[in-house]
Amino acid sequence: MTRPEDVLVQRLGEAVVGQIRFRDEVTLVVARERILQALEAARDMGFRLLTDLTAVDRHPAQPRFDVVYLLTSVEPPAWVRLMVHLAADQTAPSATSLWPGANWLEREVFDLFGIRFDGHPDLRRILMPDDWEGHPLRKDYPLVEEPVEFRGHTPKVPSQIIPTSKPRHA
Amino acid sequence: MSQLTKETLVLNMGPQHPATHGVLRLILELEGEVILGVEPVIGYLHTGFEKEMETRTYHQNIVFPPRIEYLATFIEEQAYVLAVEKLLGITAPKRAEVIRLILAELSRIASHLVYLGTAAIDLNVTSLLMYCFRDREEILDIFEMVSGQRMMHGYFRIGGLQWDLPEGFAERVQRFLEDVPRRLDEYEALLTDNLIWRKRTEGVAVLSAEDAIRYGCTGPVLRGSGVSYDVRKAFPYGGYADYSFDVPLGTNGDAFDRYRVRMEEMRQSRRIILQALQGLPGGPVLVDDRKVALPPRRELVRSMEAVIHQFKLVSEGIHPPAGEVYAAVESPRGEKGYYIVSDGSNRPVRVRVRSASFNNLQALPVMLHRGTVGDVVVAIASIDIVLGDVDR
Amino acid sequence: MAVTPPPERGTLVSRARSPAEATEADLRALESNILTTTVDRVVSWARRNSLWPAQFGLACCAIEMIATAQARFDIARFGSEAFRASPRQADLMIVSGRVSQKMAPVVKHIYEQMLDPKWVIAMGDCASCGGVFNNYALVQGVDKLIPVDVYVAGCPPRPEALLYGFLKLQELIAQPGRRRR
Repeated sequence: MTRPEDVLVQRLGEAVVGQIRFRDEVTLVVARERILQALEAARDMGFRLLTDLTAVDRHPAQPRFDVVYLLTSVEPPAWVRLMVHLAADQTAPSATSLWPGANWLEREVFDLFGIRFDGHPDLRRILMPDDWEGHPLRKDYPLVEEPVEFRGHTPKVPSQIIPTSKPRHA
Repeated sequence: MSQLTKETLVLNMGPQHPATHGVLRLILELEGEVILGVEPVIGYLHTGFEKEMETRTYHQNIVFPPRIEYLATFIEEQAYVLAVEKLLGITAPKRAEVIRLILAELSRIASHLVYLGTAAIDLNVTSLLMYCFRDREEILDIFEMVSGQRMMHGYFRIGGLQWDLPEGFAERVQRFLEDVPRRLDEYEALLTDNLIWRKRTEGVAVLSAEDAIRYGCTGPVLRGSGVSYDVRKAFPYGGYADYSFDVPLGTNGDAFDRYRVRMEEMRQSRRIILQALQGLPGGPVLVDDRKVALPPRRELVRSMEAVIHQFKLVSEGIHPPAGEVYAAVESPRGEKGYYIVSDGSNRPVRVRVRSASFNNLQALPVMLHRGTVGDVVVAIASIDIVLGDVDR
Repeated sequence: MAVTPPPERGTLVSRARSPAEATEADLRALESNILTTTVDRVVSWARRNSLWPAQFGLACCAIEMIATAQARFDIARFGSEAFRASPRQADLMIVSGRVSQKMAPVVKHIYEQMLDPKWVIAMGDCASCGGVFNNYALVQGVDKLIPVDVYVAGCPPRPEALLYGFLKLQELIAQPGRRRR
């Protein structure tokens, strides 16, 4: 039985520029220019529920951002993930024309990552205060930890204490 | 006489309000009592969970999920732990799975009791809050018996549980569950045929199935509108496929239907727990993989390898392979998912918490379109939001 | 204050119409029906036994605060019969939960709206010192914004712990020499 994701790959054709398969999950990497088309095709195929819209910062790797769309089909139950790679100053098209539920999700991505979405009706900060500067979830934004006050000694903050190991079996 | 003009009133239901179930700010545009527009302003509880979880190891991150959705604490822990286990490609032993399921369903009952109590007190049924919290105290006693903590447990581990159940757990849970139908009948008798309750909740905060799907709503909000989507049935996890239970659906998508759905869900949760208690298998509660779970203490005396594993796990933590997974559970509010991206090191690259309340709250303006001011409180209560979940 | 036996049953407290007409029985009755104290002690006794908290639940600790007000732990027996929704009618602010950057001015505003005398209990680790979260989004302890009288530790503190903090606050209010701000 063909899985819905494979049917979607066939339907999208050359819009899909890559696939990531890991632990029986499939992520379809879509070209930035074709992402709205791909989302619409997925929605018409049955993935009607926009479960999540988020981003990952891969700094210092290039392209810097991945914008990830998680779609769910209610009947039959299936998940599919679409991903778009964006460079640091690129914008992505807004999915609010397809799902009004993408409104706040894109505002959150803008607030925490600084990725702008073209065509969004009201792109402004949602979680941080309106006059906040910077985008907190970027990798070059520090955690802003306050060290504990001791007399005569400034101890390390937790993120300095926890060892960072290099990626193994990457 | 000069031209008569009308203007609309902009009213602020500020972050500190007794009926907003947390720090939610609503900007209402009113024309008399009729609501023309609602704008929820969120972010008053933003804690930076996702960034915080990027700076800790996978094991240290177990403390954070219960603080995100603090009413269904075991379900949150289960979601995170399942996601990491999926990333590692391991499964917890069967006994641990069943115990997790029992505690998750008890969490669901506890959370729905809070919903019932707070929804009722918003409409001035003050005694129901006392009754519901009295029942919730009994569930919290069971949680304390198991994990030592009433709310933020830290009991689940990657690969199983921290320790096995204490003696008397099954009897305690059975005794509590025997009484649940009688109590739920009492609460339903107080509300379901109550004229005031029906007039205030029927036809109020209506969300059609189409709108619910377009806004990404899940959980009782979606099921109250008639769409049958429950993560436990659609993408079974943690042993739910072994038990029989029904998923209640509403028809009209109003606040009354969501109330009925949640009441019935409590009864179904009881059904699942009774089945699970009967079939509780024996065996270990923690997976035997030394790269993931700490070795038992008695081995540390005998084996140098065990000491090294212990040291490595405590100081550096586990190292999952590079990749990304999404694992979701059915929380009392909807689909709660963890999307974890790993690069092979001991810290996650990204932990994304797909929160049910965030998407459900987006549909609030749709629910309140041309409603009245009195409906605002009913609508917020019927979505059953948890602000920690919305703002993370 | 000397303890004198109360007057016999059936006797009026006093038939005297002026102090010159006072009898022995009158003087005995007087001593057992009047106590002398300072205004401070009476006022602080009244204040500490009727602390009405403002409903200020922020996060997880708010659930334990609600549980403290419910039937099992019953904060009403200590005088907090009503949690007031409006800060203008409250004299205690239990900051229960984490205070984010966006919420900080609101906390200060609500505190300023409360009328004197007012007290603050910082409930939980996040309100006391930032708790588990040492990051950009949270104010590390609500005492950076408003003066705090009692810190209750715990994540979340058990209702018994909150009640203990409450009793400590009552002891604090009972100290007559203590003038706040």
